[in-house]
Amino acid sequence: MSLPLAEVGYWEPWWIQVLKGIVIFVVGLSLVPVILMAERKILGRMQHRFGPNRVGPYGYAQPVADILKLLGKETFRPRTSVGWLFRLAPIISIMTAVAAFAIIPFGDTVDIFGTKVGLYGVDVSIGPLYLFAFGAVAFYGIMLGGWASGSKYSFLGSMRAAAQLISYEVSQGLALIGVVMTAGTLSLTEIVDAQSGMWYFIPQIVGFIVFLTASFAETNRPPFDLVEADAELVGGYNTEYGGGGFASYYFSEYLNVLVVSGVVTTVFFGGWLLPFGIDPPTWVDPFVVLAKMSFFAFFFIWVRATLPRLRYDQLMSFGWKVLLPLATLNALITAIVVVAVD
Amino acid sequence: MPWNPSEDTIVVGRGPQPGGAGGAYRAFGETLRGLKTTFARAVEGTYTIQYPEEKTPVYPRFRGRHRLHRFEDTGLEKCVGCSLCAAACPADCIRVVAAENTPEHRVSAGERYAAVYEINMSRCIFCGYCEIACPFDAITMGNDYELSDYERSDLIFTKEMLLAEPFERAPLRAEGE
Repeated sequence: MSLPLAEVGYWEPWWIQVLKGIVIFVVGLSLVPVILMAERKILGRMQHRFGPNRVGPYGYAQPVADILKLLGKETFRPRTSVGWLFRLAPIISIMTAVAAFAIIPFGDTVDIFGTKVGLYGVDVSIGPLYLFAFGAVAFYGIMLGGWASGSKYSFLGSMRAAAQLISYEVSQGLALIGVVMTAGTLSLTEIVDAQSGMWYFIPQIVGFIVFLTASFAETNRPPFDLVEADAELVGGYNTEYGGGGFASYYFSEYLNVLVVSGVVTTVFFGGWLLPFGIDPPTWVDPFVVLAKMSFFAFFFIWVRATLPRLRYDQLMSFGWKVLLPLATLNALITAIVVVAVD
Repeated sequence: MPWNPSEDTIVVGRGPQPGGAGGAYRAFGETLRGLKTTFARAVEGTYTIQYPEEKTPVYPRFRGRHRLHRFEDTGLEKCVGCSLCAAACPADCIRVVAAENTPEHRVSAGERYAAVYEINMSRCIFCGYCEIACPFDAITMGNDYELSDYERSDLIFTKEMLLAEPFERAPLRAEGE
């Protein structure tokens, strides 16, 4: 007897799957320059500066110029590095980021020219697990990149990455368990549908805060950017990378921010649902999701402008002594409430 | 033994100790306060001066590029080639070669005129002593500060360049600005 690994909510013809794959890739990679630009502009404004404003109208062509510059650079590697791993690591990083982007639902199934298409890459019955799986593989990208560089700074950065991943992925997972128990499903579209009465960030406020905080650590964003820590580690795991490799890491970092924003939107902020019973036509749904995602992306940038980097021992004690007990308590209390209500 | 501060000891309020509910409240509250601060700074707007397009206005007494002057009515040069500016110059950047005025060839109002008047801007320290030394107010310090160039030889300003009106004038500060 063979059990399926996961059930898929809705199957489309193969050619629609292929088209959707391309669309997700295009949307994901075209959102990254936008958030890159937004970050530099918003950080600038928060420091009484303009941010880049020379290339193109209001400087909005700056990310394009940056990426072209990076891609035009010589590919080199340190003599001490392990060649094939050094090349493979950024590819793992960007591949997992795009793959994780695939499960974020931008809407339910809609009719496009008579064909029913789901506005998501794939609707699996193991949504959050898929996400955590790819999140864990993504850290191989950072770990191998740092290790294969053959440089002490990179090595230190990747060691920190390993410790940080283990500490914070636990809390992140436990924070989601509350939602999963309340919704009674692991499929992200069904989780969204279950929020039609009330968005989960109200009953699961503790889970939401823990998840969001742990997400900062998962995406290596300040104040948990010890993996990069420019001031101490000269850039951490990507110290030895230049040109295309660095661009891949840079892209995947921001893509991860988008993925996490999408997951928070989906799981805690009702995905494409709007409050107060507003029910717009289905074509508005992706824009609702995008708007909510951009709010969280803004929040990531906002926190970066505000909080200084944590010390390593603070990071560890915060993860294990604050976030993990909170997430566990939240899961426990949610379980009790769910059983009591049933 | 309890510590009893005297009247003139200022006790610094440090807030709750880390750990416990007070510490959690402090950490969370301070984070929110920080977020409020950064957002308020973003709303305030920028203080940047977009330099090549916008220029910082200078004060009227700002010592910039030198200018030589003519009499407005006759059009004769004020400089009589006395070389007092060159003598006063601590950086030794002014070179004056005087020549006699003749009735056919009258350049300045006095007996002599400056046949060569050069200021080496790469040596000038903009102290303004030349302006003070000049008995006829022939040389003054202007307001222009955009003096960079590609060649050192281009920085030797000749009499014609110093007599001409500069193309682009630095903005002057308004009264009381």
